[in-house]
Amino acid sequence: MSPPPESAWYPVARSDDAAFRHVHQAKLLGRELAVWRADDGFVNVWENRCLHRGVRLSVGMNEGMELKCLYHGWRYANRTGGCTYIPAHPADSPARTICNATFPALERYGLVWTCLDGDIDFAPVDLLEGGGSFPLRALPFAAPPELVRRHLPAGDDHAGEDGTPRWFVQPVDADACVVYGVLTDTPAPDRRIAVLRRHARRLEDLRAEVEEIAATLPRPAPLVAAMEQADVPVDIGGPARTVGGTDQRVVVARKWETAAEVVAFELAPIDEPLPTVQPGAHIDVRLPNGSTRQYSLTNPAGDQARYVIAVKREPDSRGGSIHLHDEVHEGDELVISAPRNNFGLRRDAVETTLIAGGIGITPLLSMAETLAADGLPFVLHCFVRSADHLCFSERLDGLGDAVVRHIGLDPAGTAAQIRRALGAHRVARHVYICGPGPMLDAARRVAGEIGWPDEAVHFEYFANPNEIDRSNGFEISLARSGLTLEVPAGQSILEVLRANGVGLISSCEQGACGTCIVDVIDGDPIHHDVFLNATERAAGDRIVTCVSRSASGRLVLDL
Amino acid sequence: MDASDQRCTDPTVLDLWHPLVAVSEMATDNVERTLLLGFEIMYGTDRDGTRFAVRVDEPDEALPVLDRHGYLWTSLGAPPADVFTIPETAEPDRRTLNAASIKVATSAPRAIENFLDMGHFPYVHTDYLGVEPHTEVAEYRVEIENDELWARDCFFYQPMAAASAVGGQLSEYTYRVPHPYCVMLYKSSPTDPSRSDVIGLFVQAMTQDTIRAHNFLSVIDETSSDTVLRRFQQIIFSQDKPILENQFPTRLPLDPRVETPIRADRSAIVYRRWLTELGLAYAVIPAG
Ligand SMILES: [Fe+2]
Repeated sequence: MSPPPESAWYPVARSDDAAFRHVHQAKLLGRELAVWRADDGFVNVWENRCLHRGVRLSVGMNEGMELKCLYHGWRYANRTGGCTYIPAHPADSPARTICNATFPALERYGLVWTCLDGDIDFAPVDLLEGGGSFPLRALPFAAPPELVRRHLPAGDDHAGEDGTPRWFVQPVDADACVVYGVLTDTPAPDRRIAVLRRHARRLEDLRAEVEEIAATLPRPAPLVAAMEQADVPVDIGGPARTVGGTDQRVVVARKWETAAEVVAFELAPIDEPLPTVQPGAHIDVRLPNGSTRQYSLTNPAGDQARYVIAVKREPDSRGGSIHLHDEVHEGDELVISAPRNNFGLRRDAVETTLIAGGIGITPLLSMAETLAADGLPFVLHCFVRSADHLCFSERLDGLGDAVVRHIGLDPAGTAAQIRRALGAHRVARHVYICGPGPMLDAARRVAGEIGWPDEAVHFEYFANPNEIDRSNGFEISLARSGLTLEVPAGQSILEVLRANGVGLISSCEQGACGTCIVDVIDGDPIHHDVFLNATERAAGDRIVTCVSRSASGRLVLDL
Repeated sequence: MDASDQRCTDPTVLDLWHPLVAVSEMATDNVERTLLLGFEIMYGTDRDGTRFAVRVDEPDEALPVLDRHGYLWTSLGAPPADVFTIPETAEPDRRTLNAASIKVATSAPRAIENFLDMGHFPYVHTDYLGVEPHTEVAEYRVEIENDELWARDCFFYQPMAAASAVGGQLSEYTYRVPHPYCVMLYKSSPTDPSRSDVIGLFVQAMTQDTIRAHNFLSVIDETSSDTVLRRFQQIIFSQDKPILENQFPTRLPLDPRVETPIRADRSAIVYRRWLTELGLAYAVIPAG
């Protein structure tokens, strides 16, 4: 028995059909495909259907590193097809499970190839591997692919001084296909037009002949491709909860000193492509000594062939940074978590202000480059001790006038510059702040003083500077599962949940990243985290379970 | 066109009233042909002014007809006593007209869902019903009441909400779906904010995959000409048409896992559930 047609590789376009900033529509075995080249050169082959409302992605916009659906402006990342932004809910980070169906793609011999069954390797065509191959004009045939294949010239027919043509058939549907020819050698420039013309004429003659035969045959039923189902539970109650992904191995492809006391790591995938990046996201890095550290990704949306993180040497810290600086080298393997985004970027601001202190530049660089790619107005303020402490200065230079460098200011000078950078709040202006605790506290205080509302001030702490008082005990009751548990002094809610088999995703476990947040149905939380803002704290309807506790004897959680 | 394999056998749909044509566009002593639910229909006005409709394959059996809201309605089954009412149209100073009847290669429920959707305004109706960066869809309420779907408290920033609008405004919409293939919206009239303009889309399902969309308009506007009022609706609908014709599958999937609804799609989610509860099977892909 012959293998199913889905398990073979077929050409679906010529490489030049996949022009930059264009989306090409193709069809293979009854399935429509959107073929688009990202600005990093990668060619994407996706099912031609936005998984939101089924609109063809081929009528969407190739924004360079993201594909934007025409209907609701949803954005999907280059390479993974993961959703990076949903404009109807600008403050939410799209769930990782919102991902378009993608197919493996590669370019060979001037053609774009794909395979609908992703587990098959591409078999190279030996004659064309020399490197000098030359694609001919592609020609659609209104005839069954099998019939066309039988009539294509075999072997070295049509061979000539300009090379031997190899023919490939893209089975479009039961009664339609496209024939691609590739010459083994590239003709001399002055011969090219004549060669193209000669082969085109022969192929057109063949088409006339085959279509005449096809017209006498019964018309085959069209192929029906199964629709990929969205992998998303319907939950319209609130923002999609961050769901856990699996860890994966990466290799340190590059390690370099990007600023004084800061090394950058470029992490390349080993087994699987890296998951979708949203601006502001962080990953957990599992160190060989058993500890875990959080680092923000500097990658802008859609640029995710390799993750880039930066690590500051912190002599007083728990040792993770020292280990990464001194013990991890290019070629070494690390294990990382899938990205999590608790510091999402709205792309509906009239103006965005980004304020970075030192190494706090990392998530803001990802935001700045995303905003720059989208053509949205922003200013990135970088506060550093000295010019040597500016990370990624080449990338900052690439952002031109949008970057303002503040070098060597004392705390009073920093606060004054932040006040100036913020200015009076106007509708649809947002500020994102990341940096050391004291600077972040100062920036939030200044923003409050000059009338910025909490919902326009977004921040991410590296670490929680608060002294956490774990001396009281209380009871938690889980509304959905009906469990009631005792949280004794000295233990966190998260620890008690885990010990009782209630799995909850966490990351920093010190109240900074917000990953382990849970909705509170009843009770009075005492907030020890630095994730929630004043308005959210006052509302008392959410709690960061790794550090926060209860003032009431009982907390009812939505678990 | 051979529509015999498109012929409706779904009693839920056969028993509904369906719009055929704007009566203002009917000539006396004339017969026209159209498609409804896969059946060829002849309709017209007798010499004595009586409206009629028949199936071409059963020319001796007169179909029931009604003249409501400016359209001629018929049914291929056992319809209810009347078409849904629109009380506002009784107001004497209101102008009620058909803005356009436009053929679209889509299914009736896809057209209804698009009409209920605010999230696409900045992208599809740029500078009219929406504009970036005002893309957020705030929470709104959706209920089924008296066998109709109502969506209330729908707020959206609109740069040019109507033909008579000057400058941007935060519009409040109320949506009403009184019939599986008919939808209306109420929004405060720019010329008299205490009252509502009513805009409707009454869909004639020609087949499962083709429709004629009758754009109904009932507004309080003393100054704009009929042409200006019509042109505004025609521009809006012509922006929706290419989107509707590029949706796959054409028929509305009722299984919630086939597409990815978000909070902004609450009305669509309830609409799909409602169709499932009605047991409606024509022009949809029923939940498996
Ligand atoms: Fe629309």
